[in-house]
Amino acid sequence: MIGVDAVPPGHHLGGADFVRADIRQPAIARVLAEHAVDTVVHMDVTGTPLGAGGRTAVKETNVIGTMQLLGACQKSPSVRRLVVKSSTSVYGSAPRDPAVFTETTPPKSLPSGGFAKDAVEVEGYVRGFARRRPDVAVCVLRFANILGPGADSPLAEYFSLPVLPTVFGYDPRLQFVHEDDVIDVLRIAAHEPRRGTLNSGTFNVAGEGVLLLSQCSRRLGRPTVPVLLPAVRWVGSALRSVGVSDFSPEQIRLLTHGRVVSTEQMRQTLGFEPKYTTAGAFADFARSRGPGLLPPDALARAVDGVAALPFRPFAQAAAPATSTLSTPGAE
Amino acid sequence: MADAKVIPFDDDRSRGGTQRPGRRRSGGRRDAAPEAAPAPVSALPGQQAVSQGQEGGRGPQEAAHAVGPQQDGGQAEEARERPGGGWDRRVAGGLAFLRRRITGDYEVDEFGYDKELTDQVLMSLIRPFYEKYFRVEVKGVENIPAEGGALVVANHSGTLPLDGLMMQVAVHDHHPAGRHLRLLAADLVFMLPVVNELARKAGHTLACAEDAQALLERGEVVGVMPEGFKGIGKPFSERYKLQRFGRGGFVSTALRAGTPIVPCSIVGAEEIYPMIGNSKTLARLLGFPYFPITPTFPWLGPAGLVPLPTKWTIQFGEPIPTDGYPPEAAEDPMLMFNLTDQVREQIQHTLYKLLVQRRSVFF
Repeated sequence: MIGVDAVPPGHHLGGADFVRADIRQPAIARVLAEHAVDTVVHMDVTGTPLGAGGRTAVKETNVIGTMQLLGACQKSPSVRRLVVKSSTSVYGSAPRDPAVFTETTPPKSLPSGGFAKDAVEVEGYVRGFARRRPDVAVCVLRFANILGPGADSPLAEYFSLPVLPTVFGYDPRLQFVHEDDVIDVLRIAAHEPRRGTLNSGTFNVAGEGVLLLSQCSRRLGRPTVPVLLPAVRWVGSALRSVGVSDFSPEQIRLLTHGRVVSTEQMRQTLGFEPKYTTAGAFADFARSRGPGLLPPDALARAVDGVAALPFRPFAQAAAPATSTLSTPGAE
Repeated sequence: MADAKVIPFDDDRSRGGTQRPGRRRSGGRRDAAPEAAPAPVSALPGQQAVSQGQEGGRGPQEAAHAVGPQQDGGQAEEARERPGGGWDRRVAGGLAFLRRRITGDYEVDEFGYDKELTDQVLMSLIRPFYEKYFRVEVKGVENIPAEGGALVVANHSGTLPLDGLMMQVAVHDHHPAGRHLRLLAADLVFMLPVVNELARKAGHTLACAEDAQALLERGEVVGVMPEGFKGIGKPFSERYKLQRFGRGGFVSTALRAGTPIVPCSIVGAEEIYPMIGNSKTLARLLGFPYFPITPTFPWLGPAGLVPLPTKWTIQFGEPIPTDGYPPEAAEDPMLMFNLTDQVREQIQHTLYKLLVQRRSVFF
């Protein structure tokens, strides 16, 4: 087993050897040939920039890197299996889309740029490769937003803000997958399929259930600031041009319309049951980030404190209070 | 009255049936619960507990516990008029609801349907319109099966889609098994801010074959208005004339899922905003399918948005079974057209019948 990256790993790799190579260079073909690699797991389709370079460098790693790697795989007779990490962002998110995407749902509006467009292009090249090398088992895993204690995706950064800006009048549905489940499903995809399952094809990978953005913010204990959609777009592009954050239009669309995928194929065909539900993965992430400005425990204690007050004298005053209070809570 | 052949005995039923909504209206929705069969629907035990708790005074803690997940601020408000109600229980229930909401400790389904919020808040907000303003009379709600999927197909009218919301309240409050209607809405609904959020939370989803089929396969009652914008945006002069039923996609969806089609006729919605004109220029400018001009809108500004207080009747017809067809039937265009026409005819026929029985538009 060998690990390939452009930068040396920060920790011990277990039983694996490390080879330093840049997948944007043809050198990757030599690595495949030297080690007679039979299974390639392509993880380098990523939304986060590696240090300096920004969006251009990310796009080059994602798209050119994939082309080089697929070219190398095509030349290598020993490769039997290819696993590619993709993302559910290939579905885009638009108000005209069905509520739940299956693997075969065509996107109504293709992602116009950013990581999502990279993922669409990468999947296109992988499909081309699968046609040219029908003897190689190709597995494309479309991951929902990956969260967990160690996640460093743009969405994890967003949830770490003290106050969450949201799009006014929209409450997107979000799905998460825990980083431990990501490792598990990659392991299933990289090995021989178990009896009764099939691990080549395209699979959505997400935890069970759905969280609304408003629910996420309440569970994190971080207040939200609703901002009108045009203002969000304008601020987003301003921040991007200054280079402060890589908050792409795709992220804004996700946080406007949300995205939910069907995990039927993952359960039935791939035979994978994630350990964490969407809510579980999010809870694990929330624990790692520490409490926000309005920790849910404190709010719950406050409500319990009110509930513990003697009722009779309180009842007259409290009934109007609850009915008015429940409306902001309900939004 | 209890046995239900709705369409054939329509004339007899409507006279006898008028007392039913009146009786129900007096007690709100809680009266509906004791009548209900003890089906294992999650919403019911709680509702029954509420009604039992009110009628036979139970121990306060036990009752408060049972009421807990079902109570809310909206009901507490409603209850203020009712003297001698269990105050502590209401407050405790309201606080438990508030606690769950502010800590985010509630569930939504994949379509964004927030059952708790819908039951406790959204329905309470629409219910005054349903009971007091439009005084909706519901007939034949038992034609919606107590369990399993069903596709409710209704006529669409009234410039703004209030008829869909009233149909949702009708099923929610009157169905003996406490079913929830999941409406399919136009894409415009999901483009508008605030509206899309509330629509998703109320259980509506985009009118497309994928969503409809997913919901039907999960055994939900799905409501669809196949006339779409053609129906809701038609001029006042064409009231109660059914428009073309789309391309009949709803029939093939129901056939694929093997669920019955329940035709539904809504009388009264046509007159709430009499549309005497349609400003095509403004509509194109704003990106809406039509821009209504009524005797009051836009001349009176926001006051023109107040609907006329018409008297409504919602009649659910006899279900049309679709499970007898072979699987490839969903691809048969001739069968599609025939079934679409059958549903359309039945709705149109019932509309005429209800119109003949109607004494006046407003009473």
